[in-house]
Amino acid sequence: MGMTLTEKILAEHAGRDFVEAGELVNVKVDLAIANDITAPLAIRQLEKYGIDKVHDPEKIALVMDHFFPPKDIMSAQQIKISRDFAKKMGIKNYFEGQDSGVMHTVLPEKGFIVPGDLVIGADSHTCTYGALGAFSTGVGSTDIAYIFATGETWLKVPETMKFTFYGKPQRWVGGKDFVLSVIGEIGVDGALYRAMEYHGEAIKELDVENRLTITNMAIEAGGKNAIMEPDEKVFEWLKQRTNKPLRMIQADKDAKYCCEYEFDASKIEPVVAAPNLPSNVKPVTEVAGRPINQVFIGSCTNGRMSDLRIAAHILKGRKVHPDVRCIVIPASDQIYKQALHEGLLEILADAGCLISTSTCGPCLGGHMGILAEGEVAVSTSNRNFTGRMGHPNSEVYLAGPAVAAASAVLGRIAHPDEVVGTKAEALV
Amino acid sequence: MAIKGKAWKFGDDVNTDEIIPARYLITTDPKELAKHVMEDIDPEFPNKVQPGDIIVAGKNFGCGSSREHAPLALKGAEIGAIIAESFARIFYRNAINLGLPIIESPEIAKETDEGSILEIDLAEGIVRNVTKGKEYKIKPLPESLQKVMEAGGLMDYAKDKLQGK
Repeated sequence: MGMTLTEKILAEHAGRDFVEAGELVNVKVDLAIANDITAPLAIRQLEKYGIDKVHDPEKIALVMDHFFPPKDIMSAQQIKISRDFAKKMGIKNYFEGQDSGVMHTVLPEKGFIVPGDLVIGADSHTCTYGALGAFSTGVGSTDIAYIFATGETWLKVPETMKFTFYGKPQRWVGGKDFVLSVIGEIGVDGALYRAMEYHGEAIKELDVENRLTITNMAIEAGGKNAIMEPDEKVFEWLKQRTNKPLRMIQADKDAKYCCEYEFDASKIEPVVAAPNLPSNVKPVTEVAGRPINQVFIGSCTNGRMSDLRIAAHILKGRKVHPDVRCIVIPASDQIYKQALHEGLLEILADAGCLISTSTCGPCLGGHMGILAEGEVAVSTSNRNFTGRMGHPNSEVYLAGPAVAAASAVLGRIAHPDEVVGTKAEALV
Repeated sequence: MAIKGKAWKFGDDVNTDEIIPARYLITTDPKELAKHVMEDIDPEFPNKVQPGDIIVAGKNFGCGSSREHAPLALKGAEIGAIIAESFARIFYRNAINLGLPIIESPEIAKETDEGSILEIDLAEGIVRNVTKGKEYKIKPLPESLQKVMEAGGLMDYAKDKLQGK
């Protein structure tokens, strides 16, 4: 019997020829990562047990992103703990302040992850890297402390769900609409303990950034990981970022899937996830008209170049509605510079957007754009749980960058066609 | 290890943003975190909950962020155990790694009322609803995880290996 992509990578890292769903395996970890919230707790565990060295500092990366730049004294202390630890342990891959950004954007753009890798992160959106053909999943701080110390961990081999997308997407429809459609279909625990393997011509047509958006949100369906077969687009993208050898990895033709879903991309409309669950997915036209107070364009889900290009395309020559604060946060310093170079930041600033240095910030209600009681936001981030971006009685609608930018202009949830008309070029 | 306390009921998809909102993740102190546990669902919960009390919830408890501060806040509040119809994957690992007892049982979760007194004997694999006079047999954890739980968490379980002894 054949293996799925996830099973193949787990088998390789367990030193086995074959594994199947349900087995517990011990695996070697290629890269273990943590952020300014999760690293201090892991460090506290290591110190409590007197562990004063890590297994391999080259296989650890720490990125300060959630409360960065430090929003108060306490968060500055947490970052200092992480920085001191990196120095003491000889961890060179420590990022804060320059040439950094949001972890799940920074690490792929620096070429840290290649097809076939096994990455474990003390951050739930570690599943992002599956778009590059890697197995990657989130854990907590104690698990990551154990991996820092030993270079390995245990995993249960998950069952794999197969998702196939075919057909040509409508204008304005991108990776975010694909993945929200999946979560809307299967629910926030629809992939619990399972791998999500994506296939199909409509996935292959997407650029790498839009694919990263899809794998990023596996956790919002409860998934352990999401994964895609790497193709020429992925290899080209990685060749610009790393000298590591790149190899093809594919699922076997006779691999066993626990279930299969098919989506006709041509039928998917621009969608939103309405409060308070990412599975509460509706076509944007169903909720268009709801007045809003804030738009956030950024995060590890949709804060990359393609997202900023779409936002700038829609906002060019227009103004953000006076009732709205539109916060744009490029998800890495490199993206910030590229957007500056391309003139996107000027377009966005002229439109009245507030542009910040790279941070997770408002996505988790951390800082840089918190909602008051009763306020409503459209956000390109990944979660709309109760109180996620501020007051427990605030509301978050998740959407792609086109819907977010259009909503910023009209001061209410809007379909992009309402702003640019149906004849203008769509860019997506 | 006998656990006895009052049941506090919660619904489906209780996420880690609700268990401990991100605005409090600027500390790793369990007692400090416990002051805000579950407050976005019930602002009075941190004051009402007593040591040993048991959380009884619907499906997918602990979904969302990987923050271990969530089970840590529950430990800080001295929650005796969590019973749910199902648990989100990362929360499940985190709870075991911290030695916080978790029991997956749709039957108990559905049949327990708010305020019922529950008694849990993990070694025997039994949950008793003292208020209703009903006893449930629970499925033990996989053996390897049972050992982690009995040791009080992953670090205690693995400390000899971790310390290179």
